[in-house]
Amino acid sequence: MKTFKTAALIGIAASSVLGQAQALTGAGSTFINPIMQTWIARYRQATGVSINYQSIGSGGGISALINKTVDFAGSDAPMNPAEMQQAGRPVLHIPAVVGTVAVAYNVPGLGQGLNLTGPVLADIYLGNIQYWDAPQIANLNRGMRLPHARIFVAHRSDGSGTTFIFTDYLSKISSEWSSRVGTGKAVHWPVGLGGKGNEGVAGLIKTHPNSIGYVELAYATQNQMTYCKMANAKGRFIAPSAESGSLAAAGVPMPADMRVSITNTSNPNGYPISGFTWLIVYQNPARGAEIKRFLNWVIAEGQSFTAQLQYAPVPENVRAKLKAMINSIR
Amino acid sequence: MGIDRSQHSQPRAPLSRQSPLRSKNSKLLAVDSWYGFLLLCASAVVLLIILAIILEIYLQSRQSMHTFGAKFLTTKEWDPVDEVFGARVFILGTIYTSLWALLLAIPLSLGTALLLADIAPALIRKPVGFLIELFAAIPSVVYGMWGILVLVPWLLQHVETPISESQRWGRFFLFDAAPNGNDFLAASVLLSIMVIPIITGIARDVIRAVPQEMREAAYALGCTKWEVIRKVVVPCAKTGIVGAVMLGLGRALGETMAVTMVIGNSPDFSLPLFSPGYTMPSVIANEFTEAPSPLYRSALMEIALILLVVAILVNGAARLMVSLTSRRFRRVIA
Amino acid sequence: MISGFRFKFRLFVRKVMNVIGLSICSLAGVLATAALCLVVGYIVKNGYQAVNWKLITQGPTPIGTEGGGLRNAIVGTLVLLAVASCIGVPLGVLAGIYQAEKAGKFAKTVRFLADVLNSVPSIVIGLFVYAVVVIPIARMHEGNGFSALAGGIALSIIMIPIIMTATEEILKMVPRRLYEGSLALGATRFTTMFRVIVPAAKAGLITGIMLAVARVAGETAPLLFTAFGNVTFSVRLDKPIDSLPLSIFYNATSPYDYLKSQAMAGSLILMMIIAVFRLSARLTTRKSKMA
Repeated sequence: MKTFKTAALIGIAASSVLGQAQALTGAGSTFINPIMQTWIARYRQATGVSINYQSIGSGGGISALINKTVDFAGSDAPMNPAEMQQAGRPVLHIPAVVGTVAVAYNVPGLGQGLNLTGPVLADIYLGNIQYWDAPQIANLNRGMRLPHARIFVAHRSDGSGTTFIFTDYLSKISSEWSSRVGTGKAVHWPVGLGGKGNEGVAGLIKTHPNSIGYVELAYATQNQMTYCKMANAKGRFIAPSAESGSLAAAGVPMPADMRVSITNTSNPNGYPISGFTWLIVYQNPARGAEIKRFLNWVIAEGQSFTAQLQYAPVPENVRAKLKAMINSIR
Repeated sequence: MGIDRSQHSQPRAPLSRQSPLRSKNSKLLAVDSWYGFLLLCASAVVLLIILAIILEIYLQSRQSMHTFGAKFLTTKEWDPVDEVFGARVFILGTIYTSLWALLLAIPLSLGTALLLADIAPALIRKPVGFLIELFAAIPSVVYGMWGILVLVPWLLQHVETPISESQRWGRFFLFDAAPNGNDFLAASVLLSIMVIPIITGIARDVIRAVPQEMREAAYALGCTKWEVIRKVVVPCAKTGIVGAVMLGLGRALGETMAVTMVIGNSPDFSLPLFSPGYTMPSVIANEFTEAPSPLYRSALMEIALILLVVAILVNGAARLMVSLTSRRFRRVIA
Repeated sequence: MISGFRFKFRLFVRKVMNVIGLSICSLAGVLATAALCLVVGYIVKNGYQAVNWKLITQGPTPIGTEGGGLRNAIVGTLVLLAVASCIGVPLGVLAGIYQAEKAGKFAKTVRFLADVLNSVPSIVIGLFVYAVVVIPIARMHEGNGFSALAGGIALSIIMIPIIMTATEEILKMVPRRLYEGSLALGATRFTTMFRVIVPAAKAGLITGIMLAVARVAGETAPLLFTAFGNVTFSVRLDKPIDSLPLSIFYNATSPYDYLKSQAMAGSLILMMIIAVFRLSARLTTRKSKMA
């Protein structure tokens, strides 16, 4: 018995002594996780405040925000009206970065730069195209040697903003997709394997030859994965990158609440599967001062870390509006 | 002491059945009544926890029960966009992986149990027995890690691809699907590796409980060792062995992390072993934290309720069987 | 003559069957042990290569940046086990003493329900703690809820029935005459239990507790919705906390090779923590047997 008392005492003492300033807890988007973890490290260096962000998926972040278990959520999908109603209080969507969803593939012998169009991608994810050498794919890639191998389709198993951006794009481009599957953070997938988080999908693609999947660009480049050039609305094949993402975001009219979709952009050099990642907070949160400080840092200093991780910064003209929005937090 | 969950103490008289001589000191008596109260409280907490678990999970799943009724068990639709939920895919997936796991594990674990109880010399029994106990203590997430890093690529390359490409077996209904790696086969094999130590450990204990006299009587009649095992030991320990297998089943049904890591997490069910699937615990682990709508959460809670009821029934029956066997032979010995 | 031949032939068949049967069992034993050794061997080999001092003393780096370690997870697991023991050990031991002291309907009901609790899948326990601990705390204090405390409670619920059963069995092994003798000398039940019975059964009790701790140390599923994980170092009970099982889960499923090797190192460390608890349980039993 004595041991336990001692253990308890040590535990309590340790928690009071070692417990450092941990101001905020956040959760959500795995899409934003690489840059979020960089921000957290840099923010701690700059201010001494540590922030905990768990990449559990955008759906998880929004759900945690509604349940008030976190201070902020990261999400690549804006909250829908039903979710905003459940939240019960006004929420703010602060765009933090623009990211691109890379359609990554792992086909032995096939290098970088496979071309795909939206309808072909939709057919692959609907199960209508099952082999890599299908004529629809071959016609787009003359000169590339495509194997006669079954396509392993990988998708997310958790509620995901990456999935939202991806399905939002497919719904815009394919009527069969929008009627059979639809747009959402989690959908009923006609085919494929599910992995948890961008990490999980990237893991599936790496371990499965002849696979295809969609991940945030940083996961694809950091893991030396090959990814497609996607045909945009103007018919040009564009590779995902910070630039093509920011072109997709440039000039999009921003609504007052910042909830906007930028998939299937009409910019001739824009990448069609791009999206904002928002940090979502209550307008009157419990730790208003800390949240304000962090968000202001993110849209100012934080934006300088976007390039190295292949995100695009939030457009300049939007940032002024954001500042006012953040300062409305009480 | 080996497998903590299974062993029942034999029913013995409680210590304080005879009324103790009471001290006349009222202070001491007061201490005693406080002490009795404390014990009662601790027991009440145990009681409350389990009742609260069942009640809470039930209450949380009422919305889903109300919306979908009994159809929840039989419909296969799992559509978070339109909020239509049915658990059939997950129920079937759980049962299917568990049954295959048992099918693989039973011969291996029973063979090992007999080996450890009757066949092997003492020199081998002890270290192997120790190893089996050790394996039972490995956390499931570690098995899961081995599963995705070693088992899945190996099965994909050396088992699934050759079979599905072969003219003869590729069309057989169990193999008639594109190999995935993360699929029912991987989940079943991994589960079987995980339940082998559990079934082996308990089955060995049950087999050992068969009185030595019965074995000796059979030897005296001129039986070979194998005949003793087949005609005396196994029939005597039958109920307990079935119980051991069911405890393995209980573990397999509730297993979460390892299965989540290798089954492919695809809400679909089909018989071919090479197709990805989903189980009840995995869908809870993957989707619960992010289910934003109350109905979605409630549907997951109802899956938890189904899992809870099945697990309690299977484990209860298993414990009963194991204790029946060991109790029966204690009477024979006495 | 013919019947003699038949008899010999039957005997031969029986002997052959004997050899075949025994060989099949041995083969099963070899296969099962080999499969399991394969798993352990892989983890020990790869984990050993991946373990180094930096890995134990550093926290994680921003994802995608090589390096970093498992410090937060190791400390977090120890904190979670301490919290779980603080709650689970007293409750489990006291409930076990009650079982040993009392008979009757209530005791039988509790024993039955403890068995039921023992068969609840651990993920369901996680859901339960999420519903009754995490959410209510979050309602009261926005932005809180996921915490080391919630994780510890989830683990303690798994521990309680194990410790209770073990305590009961061990106390019942203490000879009745000790109990009766003490009471005859005028000692109270309280004194008898804690001055006579518990000291006599101490080794057994500690063994039971150690095994229960070893059992929950590797639990992952109940931590998903309770302890949640933390990318920064924290030992506070009211904040989310990292743990080895969770970090193994996330690292092993990630695409990054450096994280995969951290998962293997983490597995080895976790298995060693469990082995320490199990071995100390074994040693306690052995020591008490010698005494």
